[in-house]
Amino acid sequence: MKEIKHVINDPLGMHARPAGMLVKAVAPFASKITVTAPTGTADAKRLMALMRLAAKQGMELTITIEGADEEKAAAELQAFLTANL
Amino acid sequence: MKKGIGLPVFPGVAIGPAVVYRKAQRTLPVSSGDPAVEKAKFAAALETAREQLTALFEKAKVEIGEEQAAIVEVQLLMLDDLDYLDGVNMAIEDGAAAAIAALDTGESFAQIFAAMDDEYMNARSADIRDMSHRLYDILCGNTGFQLPEGSFLLVAEDLAPSETIQLPRERIMAFVTRQGSSSSHTAILARTLNIPSLVQSDITFDAADDCQILAVDGFTGTWYADPDEETLAMLRVKQAEAAEARNALEAFRGKESITKSGKKVLLVANIGCPEDAVDALKADAEGVGLMRSEFLYLGRDSLPTEEELYEAYKKVAETMAHRPVVIRTLDIGADKQVSYLGLEAEENPALGLRGLRICLTNEEIFRPQLRAIYRASAYGNLHVMFPMVASVWELKAAKALCARVRKELEEEGYPTKDVPIGVMVETPAAAVLANELAKEAAFFSVGTNDLTQYTLAVDRQNAKLGEFYDPYHPALMALLAHIAKAANDNGIWAGICGELGADPKMQEKFIEMGYSELSMAAGRILESRKLVCESNV
Repeated sequence: MKEIKHVINDPLGMHARPAGMLVKAVAPFASKITVTAPTGTADAKRLMALMRLAAKQGMELTITIEGADEEKAAAELQAFLTANL
Repeated sequence: MKKGIGLPVFPGVAIGPAVVYRKAQRTLPVSSGDPAVEKAKFAAALETAREQLTALFEKAKVEIGEEQAAIVEVQLLMLDDLDYLDGVNMAIEDGAAAAIAALDTGESFAQIFAAMDDEYMNARSADIRDMSHRLYDILCGNTGFQLPEGSFLLVAEDLAPSETIQLPRERIMAFVTRQGSSSSHTAILARTLNIPSLVQSDITFDAADDCQILAVDGFTGTWYADPDEETLAMLRVKQAEAAEARNALEAFRGKESITKSGKKVLLVANIGCPEDAVDALKADAEGVGLMRSEFLYLGRDSLPTEEELYEAYKKVAETMAHRPVVIRTLDIGADKQVSYLGLEAEENPALGLRGLRICLTNEEIFRPQLRAIYRASAYGNLHVMFPMVASVWELKAAKALCARVRKELEEEGYPTKDVPIGVMVETPAAAVLANELAKEAAFFSVGTNDLTQYTLAVDRQNAKLGEFYDPYHPALMALLAHIAKAANDNGIWAGICGELGADPKMQEKFIEMGYSELSMAAGRILESRKLVCESNV
């Protein structure tokens, strides 16, 4: 299992668009990827669940990745989060 | 090239692609009874929705900008949301038709987002609804009418008021209808929008569908499908001349409307919704002489709330600022039946439960409107007038309700202003009783369309009666003169707000009779001002 921590930089928080991009980014991976915010936990492959976290700027997200391709997924996710959120 | 004729309702020339308006055809979404079949239908609809939204996304990115495109993109992403898809599949397995499953699942997610303690996420519920409605429409086979991009000439059998208000007015270059009359709603809208249009035309949907270019000559009442070079050149010249004539009228913008002998006339606009008020100002209207407020009641399935009405009236009051705005209270019934009011079908709606009659018999409909008007009165110069008055007692009853409503609002702490109360004179009875009504009313505004119909007993919606619908009939002229005299004798003002208000053959005569306000389609203001300013009356 891999774990990434990321503090949201986007002034709008994790709004629909970055949430959608996150879903797209994790879709190719077989691993189970879970996003935990102070407001709750969501499957990173489910857009509406991610949106329902209503995660805001400054909140810390903990992302856990578990599965055969977790190494590659974690690396790509880290890059995605830095660039988009 | 094919050509034909129609009755022109606004002059000008339009040349462009034609679109045939066909009413939405929906087949009822009944489940086939087999979840596998419904799931396959849903999967196909998903594919169609994805294609539509992708096309929309590309278009939005180029034409409207990134921000709007992002909204479309979010919907595109939502289409693939696993929770949504799981929800739809579960509903289908429980026996729902694919269309209903798509709609209901979307609605339950929309409600979750609407209930969140986050303004941004609340607004996303609209995206979810939009997406699920798209799927629903696809699954119901609702592909009857889709607007193309850009501007077009709209060809239709006829257009109902609820249909005309849903159209993107800025993109319509002309209306060509097979039915309708010069006082039908399409014609009124054409005059409001200043677009050349034909009613009662002999155009066929096939001709309109097949042509690359449709041209309408609103001067001669001719349409051309795929006009040849020569015709096209002739039309372009006419179009340029019309544009030039309009430019010449610009000299009268901002001027006072006053005749050479010093008679001051207020030239005001007829409007249907707050957006029209903006157009009225652009057209240099000196106020609003008729706000047809029933348009706020059309194209929806429940009564507008006091708050919605208030917002609309307030917007108009603020847009027009110090300029007078006359709001006509609800005139539904007749040709504009609204299902949620639960009105029974009538043999003869023009003579039925409509106008002030509905309002006086259903206070729950009337009261929110009056409250909205009085609340909005604080923001501008509002007047109210009642349609379909035939007796003095009706006016007194409505005035009494106004007084109660105002008192009530003041007790609740709302600021209100005096709202002059007038009568829309449109029944022969009101015209004959003008002297008596003038003692109770603050002003008169004559609705010449209905007054003509009722005086001559000629149905204005019936195209076959055209030659009998004579707005210059001597009986009508006698009534109009009587109304103006009664108003002046009793020290109140009188105006004209029917189609005749903009009639260049009649305007001088009205001023002579003693009318001091003429209300018309916004596009006619400047040419009317030219006529008034050049008149010796």
